[in-house]
Amino acid sequence: MRGLLTVFNKELADYFISWRGIILFGVVLLTAVFAIYGPSGALQNIRADLGSAQLGTTEFVFLRLFTTSGEGSQSFLYFISAFLLPVIGIAFGFDAINSEKNNGTMSRLLSQPIYRDSVFNGKFLAGVITIAIMLASIILLVSGLGLRTIGVPPSSEEAFRLFLFVLLGTLYGAFWLGLAMLFSTFLNRVSTSALAAIAVWIFFLVFMLMISTFIANTLVPINQNSATQEIFRHIGVQINSSRASPIFLFQESTTVLLAPGARTATEILQLQQSGGANFISSTLPLGQSIITIWPHIVTFVAITSMLFAISYYKFMREEIRST
Amino acid sequence: MASNLVVETKNLTKIYDDTTAVDKLNLKIQQGDLFGFLGPNGAGKTTTILMMLGLTEPTSGSVHVGGYNSTREPLKVKSISGYVPEKVGFYENLTATYNLAYIARLNNLPDDVVEKRVKETLQIVGLADKAEQAVGEFSKGMKQRLALADVLIKQPKIAILDEPTAGIDPEGINQLLDLIAKIARDREMTVIMSSHQLNQVQRICNQVGIMVQGRLLVQGAPDQLGQESKDRSQFSIELKLTEITQQIIDAIQKVKGVTTVTRTDDKLVVGCEKDLRPQIARAIVEADGLLIEMKIQSYALEDIYLKYFKEA
Repeated sequence: MRGLLTVFNKELADYFISWRGIILFGVVLLTAVFAIYGPSGALQNIRADLGSAQLGTTEFVFLRLFTTSGEGSQSFLYFISAFLLPVIGIAFGFDAINSEKNNGTMSRLLSQPIYRDSVFNGKFLAGVITIAIMLASIILLVSGLGLRTIGVPPSSEEAFRLFLFVLLGTLYGAFWLGLAMLFSTFLNRVSTSALAAIAVWIFFLVFMLMISTFIANTLVPINQNSATQEIFRHIGVQINSSRASPIFLFQESTTVLLAPGARTATEILQLQQSGGANFISSTLPLGQSIITIWPHIVTFVAITSMLFAISYYKFMREEIRST
Repeated sequence: MASNLVVETKNLTKIYDDTTAVDKLNLKIQQGDLFGFLGPNGAGKTTTILMMLGLTEPTSGSVHVGGYNSTREPLKVKSISGYVPEKVGFYENLTATYNLAYIARLNNLPDDVVEKRVKETLQIVGLADKAEQAVGEFSKGMKQRLALADVLIKQPKIAILDEPTAGIDPEGINQLLDLIAKIARDREMTVIMSSHQLNQVQRICNQVGIMVQGRLLVQGAPDQLGQESKDRSQFSIELKLTEITQQIIDAIQKVKGVTTVTRTDDKLVVGCEKDLRPQIARAIVEADGLLIEMKIQSYALEDIYLKYFKEA
């Protein structure tokens, strides 16, 4: 246990004082500023909504800071899920194991009376905590700046939803960290493992959309004359296949969390199928939001544990040679 | 198991895919020995060391260090032994003090002891004035001394040094070796040092094991090993004469105990079972030969070493 703590402390200190950590914190700062001032028109959109008392939009105004997109730019939430968290996770994990092996520090470390998993767990835990700290600082920065600009304080439910968002985001970051550490366990060259992790990220970011569109077009082809039911089935297939991408999964679950007025496509589909034009436009209570994203959370925990288990198995029995 | 055995391997075997790195090794190292582990590259020295520390698992057989099974109780073995790997590495951007303190903390030393011991060990290896420098600025020799400090800080019963002199200049090598010998003496520490340089091992070790192709060929004190080979093999006496004639050669061949006489250019090499220099000299004089020089070849450890290398 003490071994784990020692490794954890050292790695955490490393992340914070190293150039890598400083650069990433810079990015975090920029992200926060971008969230408020970046999406041009986003603030105006929010202000306009505040003015007109439309049902379902005046509630959770504060959360709209995070979800509103402006013209020609994506929302803060999109940026976090597609870029920031994957980059941070990969940056902290891609060289975790193999750089220590290449530098010859691993043999020195593992010839000390500590369990091997202390090294692995310590590094993983330090990475997760750093991700949590970064994410929490972004949220606090955005909240602070947002409070000044729109002048509406968050309600307690909004604060709680933001807190859950930090937890979920940390879990999502932990997934990327676990993926990067998996590659760093199996691939001996640092550049190769970095490239492998980035390749997976780009695959999910760019190609997954093409693939899910292709699957949907193949399974449920539609044209201009298609019935509404057909079109909905088409969308359903596309969304379900998109869920293979952790980026999509995270976006879907955070939308539920931070935009309670919005409905996921699945919910709309279900409403449609149950014969309903009676689509209720009201916000989802917190409890219901959590139930809706529960499968997402479970999925993240499951994949991260799986990645962790595979790296673990490889690392625990491996021969540590210093050449 | 006798209590004064620090390392004992029983039929230790390690097979990689289809090559046998270590082949039924039976090695015994006594408490307080300065054991030189000699062998060419790829002889299985490093693999044996890794198995001692539980950093890799034996294919079969067992190894005990300090009475603990290295495969089953690696943590106990690691808490009593210090290890300097062949290519030792430090966190280059961190200071020498930080690097050492990290290792000390991993050994469960309380913080106040850590600080004191870091200073102490840096003093011993002569790096006290470089304590706050980043290790990245260190030379290879300084890094090796830091590696030694790294071992000392946990005050182990046994230190395992894998090729500690690799890549250092000759003067640095001697300083390092003397430092190792001094520390081993002062701390009554058992030291296992692997090397492929015989003279380095001879300089400080009181026990030598020669390993070739995964097998331990011989083990013993360096001079005793030399003696053994002297007894086993024939003596060879090299003669230089003003003129070599067939008459002289015949005369030498008649001396009792001489087995071979071979002529190479202006020299004669005489093989015999024991030191026959006086008898041969008399034979030459009686055959009207004029002796200029007479040298007896005594086998040094180096010859055994080279001989084993050739056999391998």
